[in-house]
Amino acid sequence: MKVLMSGNEAIARGAYEAGVRFAAAYPGTPSTEILEEFSKYDGVYAEWSPNEKVAVEVTIGAALAGEKALAVMKHVGVNVAADPIFTVSYTGINGALVIVSADDPSLHSSQNEQDNRNYARFAKIPMLEPADAQEAKEYIKLAFAISEKFDTPVFLRSTTRVAHSKAVVTLTEPEKYKDKTGFTYNAEKYVMVPVNARTQRVEVEKRQQALKEFVEIFPENKMEISNPDVGIITAGMPYNYAKEVFPNYSYLKLGMVYPLPEKLIRNFASKVKKIYVIEELDPFLEEQIKAMGIKVIGKEIFPYTLEFDPGIIKNAIERNTEGAVSPYKKSLSPRPPNLCPGCPHRGLFYALRKQKVYVHGDIGCYTLSYMKPLEGLHSCICMGASIGMAHGMSKAMKEKGKGKVVGVIGDSTFLHSGITSLLNVAYNNSDALIIILDNSTTAMTGMQEHPGTGYTLMGKEAKKVNLKVLISALGIENIKVIDPLDQKATRSAIKEELAKDGPSVIIAQRPCALFKRANIKPKPALKVDPDKCEGCKACLGLNCPPISWKKGVTKEGSKRKGISFIDETLCNGCGLCEQVCKFGAIS
Amino acid sequence: MVDNEVKSILLAGVGGQGILRASDIICEAIMEAGLDVKKSEVHGMAQRGGCVTSHVRYGRKVYSPLAEPGSIQTLISFEKMEALRYLKFLRKDAAIIVNTEEIYPPAVNMGDAPYPEDTISFLKKHYGKVISFNAAEFAQKAGNIKTANVVLLGAASNLMDIDQSIWQNVIKNSFPEKLVKINLDAFQMGIDA
Ligand SMILES: Cc1ncc(C[n+]2csc(CCOP(=O)(O)OP(=O)(O)O)c2C)c(N)n1
Repeated sequence: MKVLMSGNEAIARGAYEAGVRFAAAYPGTPSTEILEEFSKYDGVYAEWSPNEKVAVEVTIGAALAGEKALAVMKHVGVNVAADPIFTVSYTGINGALVIVSADDPSLHSSQNEQDNRNYARFAKIPMLEPADAQEAKEYIKLAFAISEKFDTPVFLRSTTRVAHSKAVVTLTEPEKYKDKTGFTYNAEKYVMVPVNARTQRVEVEKRQQALKEFVEIFPENKMEISNPDVGIITAGMPYNYAKEVFPNYSYLKLGMVYPLPEKLIRNFASKVKKIYVIEELDPFLEEQIKAMGIKVIGKEIFPYTLEFDPGIIKNAIERNTEGAVSPYKKSLSPRPPNLCPGCPHRGLFYALRKQKVYVHGDIGCYTLSYMKPLEGLHSCICMGASIGMAHGMSKAMKEKGKGKVVGVIGDSTFLHSGITSLLNVAYNNSDALIIILDNSTTAMTGMQEHPGTGYTLMGKEAKKVNLKVLISALGIENIKVIDPLDQKATRSAIKEELAKDGPSVIIAQRPCALFKRANIKPKPALKVDPDKCEGCKACLGLNCPPISWKKGVTKEGSKRKGISFIDETLCNGCGLCEQVCKFGAIS
Repeated sequence: MVDNEVKSILLAGVGGQGILRASDIICEAIMEAGLDVKKSEVHGMAQRGGCVTSHVRYGRKVYSPLAEPGSIQTLISFEKMEALRYLKFLRKDAAIIVNTEEIYPPAVNMGDAPYPEDTISFLKKHYGKVISFNAAEFAQKAGNIKTANVVLLGAASNLMDIDQSIWQNVIKNSFPEKLVKINLDAFQMGIDA
């Protein structure tokens, strides 16, 4: 049967076809749909773990029990999970373990553009890279087969374009699940104390040797010789871009990007006169191929940054400096993503802004508040960083920083990697104020469950962490819970907690406006009374999508130059603008 | 269709307009018609009012899900000014379908930037075929404003060589039963627009 599938759907399907019934992940674009899709198949166990490190550890446990286990994360998630990954490479995995790393060239929805192929080499773990959905489905199966055969974790790398493109995929009959679980005791192999790790370290090199032989005959490293003059070595999605614009060149398409098939590459090099290495981001293939003493053209003509498209490849090879241009020459207003109408984060940041504090932000929908006019954050590095950074700045600033440093973090992010740093805030007695934005969901990535929502990925009711009790157990004594859409209460809570010595936490609690389970009754849209509006633009400071300002609507006896409007079709009636208006013009 | 010709459609608009659903429907119809098809899309922050685009590419054998700039034959713009944002991707003889609905970006809402005027006449001046109408109004007539995306699909189907029966089937399979009739009506309105 043929169906249209995204790369992510295909990875889930491929794992299922391979007889995989165990998976763990933490959401992150562009990987999230893999587990969402996988969890729908019959007889599977799939979980959202609180973070990627936990997800990998959970799957290692399952693999040691003999299962075929799948761990999934976005590229930066591998940083979080790196510790267990580097050492499970030593122990091997008994059953099978595949780690999907979804990279994001062009940073469509990420804070950096790291090239996770480097992890394969760094951790000495083989890595496959599919070029489209059909290959994604096949490669995940191959990854499990390699994992079983070589007793190694295996990476499958996808990129945003593979993950979120759809293509026609042929489904095959799923392998029957065989329960192979049981206890295997082998402390020399699985207890990584130095004496055992030294032995396993040697095993890793032996495995590398075996894999190097294997890749020479691995059928997904494919040579297509059609043109003796020009050859292209590439992998993943860029293969498609190149084929599109240069269908007649010769190709070496690598299905496995680590380790590389040296003999095959030499063979290819002997068949073509000139070789281009086409790869997004780092010169990962290029440097290894050059180290083999083979002359290739790579990053001297192709960009180091952002994703490619067929035009970029064509222009680079043909040395065109001019690409296609638009006949429209005026500038167009950008359309950045914004907090939704009724978003509880808006209320918090509007109140916080009035306090003139330095805000260390974190990653989630609330990061969008950094833009004008809310300008809610002054720093944001990675998930969980806000709390540690706020504490560090507050300590460094000493008296000058008192009442001036805030860390803001979402509920999912707090449970992902904020708990330990909040423990530190209590332990090392920080003056920073920490605000947890508890909107009852992981909103940014599309409403995933987490340990604070009361449900699991499989839709079962679950133990729901009590944030207040947790925070109190960490040693924080000043804890306030507020509704961020109540401006008065929010403002006074922030003021009071900033004034206190020592650690304080505010939990800003209100479900995400798009969160279906919260069953928020829609309130009627608000209206601006054109007789009362003074055109002061205070409501525009909220940057709420339905609120706009039109020039030229004047009023007798008033200096106003224009007036605010609310688009009824967009307004969700949250009432923030009503609280912000000093003239009582909105109701 | 010439042997190795690959055609490209670009769908563009604003998060929440049903663009990805529409491009899925196009792909399903192309697949039913027996051709190879790939599409790309960028989502993740799409719900939050940002730009959304999707490339659909079809032919006997398709490699890239992304079209080369300057190569796209058809643009379906779900919002008026968004039509202007991606012209660099179009061929000079491209056909353009534009929903004349206006959704203001933040700078326009703030009164800091103008909303582009004369978009349609600009497009008409530069491109061979421009079909513009207010899809929301048709959708409302069909019985649900959310079907504006399907109205646009109806208009696009006029430019594609796919049997009406295939479109009808795909639409039937794409929506819950109680919404099928409304969507079929919306599709027909797009055809007639
Ligand atoms: C290590 C890592 N994993 C995953 C992500 C993807 N990601 C970005 S924000 C976010 C969750 C945000 O949830 P929350 O903190 O509750 O904020 P909300 O979006 O709900 O406001 C995730 C999973 C990431 N950026 N980094």
